[in-house]
Amino acid sequence: MVKDSLSEIGLPRRKPPKFTAERIDMSHGAGGKATHKLIEGLLLPALDNPALAPLSDAATLYYNGVRPVFTTDAYVVRPLIFPGGSIGELAVNGTINDLAVSGAIPIGLASALIIEEGLETSVLRREVEAMALAARRAGVCIVTGDTKVVERGKGDELYIVMSGIGMAPHGLQLSAASIRPGDKILCSGTIGDHGIAILIARGNLELEAEVRSDTRALTPLTTALQEAAGDGLRIMRDPTRGGVATVLNELARDSDCGIVVWEERLPVKEVVRAACEILGLDPLYIANEGKLLAVVAPDVADPALYAMRSIAGGEESTIIGEVHSEPARMVLMHTEFGGTRMIDMLIGDPLPRIC
Amino acid sequence: MCLAIPGRIVEMVDADLQLAKVEVGGVRRNINVGLLEDDCLQIGDWVLIHVGFAMSKIDEQEAARTLDALEEIGAAYRQELEDLRESCID
Amino acid sequence: MDHWIVHRQTRGRIGREMKFINEFRNAGLARAVAAEIEAIAPRDKRYKIMEICGGHTHTIYRHGIKDLLPDRVEMIHGPGCPVCVLPMGRVDDGIAIAERPEVILTCFGDMMRVPGSKGTLLEVKARGADVRMVYSPLDALRLARENPAREVVFYAIGFETTAPSTALTLMRAKKEGVKNFTVFCNHVTIVPPLRALLESPELKLDGFIGPGHVSTVVGCKLYQFICTEYGKPIVVAGFEPLDLIQSILMVVRQLTQGRCEVENQYTRSVPWEGNLQALKCMDKVFEVRPYFEWRGLGFIAQSALKLSREYAEFDSEIRFDTPSVRVADPTSCQCGEVLKGVLKPRQCRVFGTRCTPEHPLGALMVSSEGACAAYFNFGRKVTDREMDRMTDREKVGV
Repeated sequence: MVKDSLSEIGLPRRKPPKFTAERIDMSHGAGGKATHKLIEGLLLPALDNPALAPLSDAATLYYNGVRPVFTTDAYVVRPLIFPGGSIGELAVNGTINDLAVSGAIPIGLASALIIEEGLETSVLRREVEAMALAARRAGVCIVTGDTKVVERGKGDELYIVMSGIGMAPHGLQLSAASIRPGDKILCSGTIGDHGIAILIARGNLELEAEVRSDTRALTPLTTALQEAAGDGLRIMRDPTRGGVATVLNELARDSDCGIVVWEERLPVKEVVRAACEILGLDPLYIANEGKLLAVVAPDVADPALYAMRSIAGGEESTIIGEVHSEPARMVLMHTEFGGTRMIDMLIGDPLPRIC
Repeated sequence: MCLAIPGRIVEMVDADLQLAKVEVGGVRRNINVGLLEDDCLQIGDWVLIHVGFAMSKIDEQEAARTLDALEEIGAAYRQELEDLRESCID
Repeated sequence: MDHWIVHRQTRGRIGREMKFINEFRNAGLARAVAAEIEAIAPRDKRYKIMEICGGHTHTIYRHGIKDLLPDRVEMIHGPGCPVCVLPMGRVDDGIAIAERPEVILTCFGDMMRVPGSKGTLLEVKARGADVRMVYSPLDALRLARENPAREVVFYAIGFETTAPSTALTLMRAKKEGVKNFTVFCNHVTIVPPLRALLESPELKLDGFIGPGHVSTVVGCKLYQFICTEYGKPIVVAGFEPLDLIQSILMVVRQLTQGRCEVENQYTRSVPWEGNLQALKCMDKVFEVRPYFEWRGLGFIAQSALKLSREYAEFDSEIRFDTPSVRVADPTSCQCGEVLKGVLKPRQCRVFGTRCTPEHPLGALMVSSEGACAAYFNFGRKVTDREMDRMTDREKVGV
């Protein structure tokens, strides 16, 4: 009896959780367990439909033989500009990436701007130009949008909501359900860059460091990967809020498999590692905006890696782990030190600690 | 209570406010060195940093000594493995 | 194509050069030390070693050190987690202060999710209180300077590692004549709970791993009573995994050689005498409370600090009215027994069911160095090997 309950402890629940919090707090926006509870316990039951159910980065629709892929994302970033980019660029790349990792070619973007009264026009112009440049680079156009102005104090300067639509190649089936023991997990480059860049740019921790956001459109990477891996490509994800750890946990849960990663293979820039050590943060939980995680069949792992390394932004691609059958729905890490530990899903915002 | 990290002093910022700038793996921050007044800190010294304060000056010789002691254990272990390997071949 | 080779190349470029950290994470040396422990630990004995400090608990789980130790050397998690031992009433007091409209309450990240009887500081923030996380008490003082119309309160927690920083901050506040800055002081000291543990009949420990960073302030001498009065060895340890495993080896060596001393493994950072300057500052700013409640351990005499008379103007408890109500732990909470090392986290009746990091019943599940959170987040993979090893009594937590 005891053994059964122990083996069930903390396993991601198979029944949808009920959302019981009386108020929304910051942890609900962090991308971890609290966010999942909100989505699965409040949004999903109310909205309930088959296209939404998989809760992927983008939804595949079906209409008269055509399969458009549809996504949306809200961009709430402070400060608006940071080393490596700004909110405008982030918004375009981020939405393109949700389409790209679903295997789709982005064909159009729609952007809603929620502007706080008093925002300097020069700031708005700069961001719109940043959006235009990012879109041009990615070969997509922003074809429609909306603009609203809210009263001073109600809007944090600028919020951007960016929706995107793309077309997936016929017959493409990317899903966690196709993940098998033996599959390899690829990561396209260093993790934690974006989140740490933002944390430092905010200024209240008074840290100085050269860390740039990694924001970029992943379409060249995803295209190269799809070509090289072919049918051996199981699924692609971009580890944004909640970091690599959250995505790995979602993959483990959705595939009913176990995932094992090797700490020594995780690519982390020294300066990001140092910032995390100082603040007591773990790079695995920090947001990325230009990185790709992919699960591929073992026989295509090497060609996939080679292909990714030949693309700008993917030069540091590595195989960071593999899929096992046990422990199911859990993520383990073999530490550099020679031990093993679990990587659990993030709960709320990763908070710097002193203990 | 225990998150403290070694950093290298790269600048003495303000003697009055007892501030120095330290660097850890490329990250820099101003910290208060008031708890180490008696240590006569200089640029290049390593200190242990906790909540924005330097707690102690890191003794590089002691660090080396600790590592040497560990290396000795390491060498003995590697020797044992060697001996084991050789005895198996025999 | 050998992706391993390419990976090694990129590693060099990415860089792993954090001095005094990387050298002490060497896996090869770890294996050697582990082999030595295996070689010298007697087969017919089971050693129970307590690591006192929560930071050490975190290191053990984060790096998976337990996997390197033989089964007969068992690590027991101690109460050295200043967040975990805060009684709920003190969290409620902090929340009461935060709810005052004129107050900006500042605290370390560790405090944001600790549950009081009516919620956490994070939840109070969601309800509209001005609660801000800071990295250093000096950041709180700066906020006070920048917001002269507001009352800035710093929620101080921590053992003697952190107390000197609060002390220096207060000395600066006094020097500058800052009038809108107070400290809600919950600093605790390391020796009294150690004594309480050693006096506890339920606990059967063979040795201790001493708190490295507390010791940079208080030194190593004051642990001598553990050897002379209770006959247990103690090794003061650093926080990198190699420090920890070397310290465990040193304890095991003492036990097998029949020695009983205070040893300092962390010599690069811990002076034997401690930091006299820091101790002087603490003496000026703080005085010892006659008693203080510790979650799970009850009231312990002379175990916590409050602001001295000279610094009364900076004392939040004098400036503000707080409920100061003693709030008992929920009846299902077994934090106390886990804190004392009597129960392992997985043996607590609500571990992983009603008490998880998402909805913690007790602070041991909230603080990332709390034994339960560390176990839940890092160590929760009860392997068959471990299950077989547990006796039936252990399995049901008797």
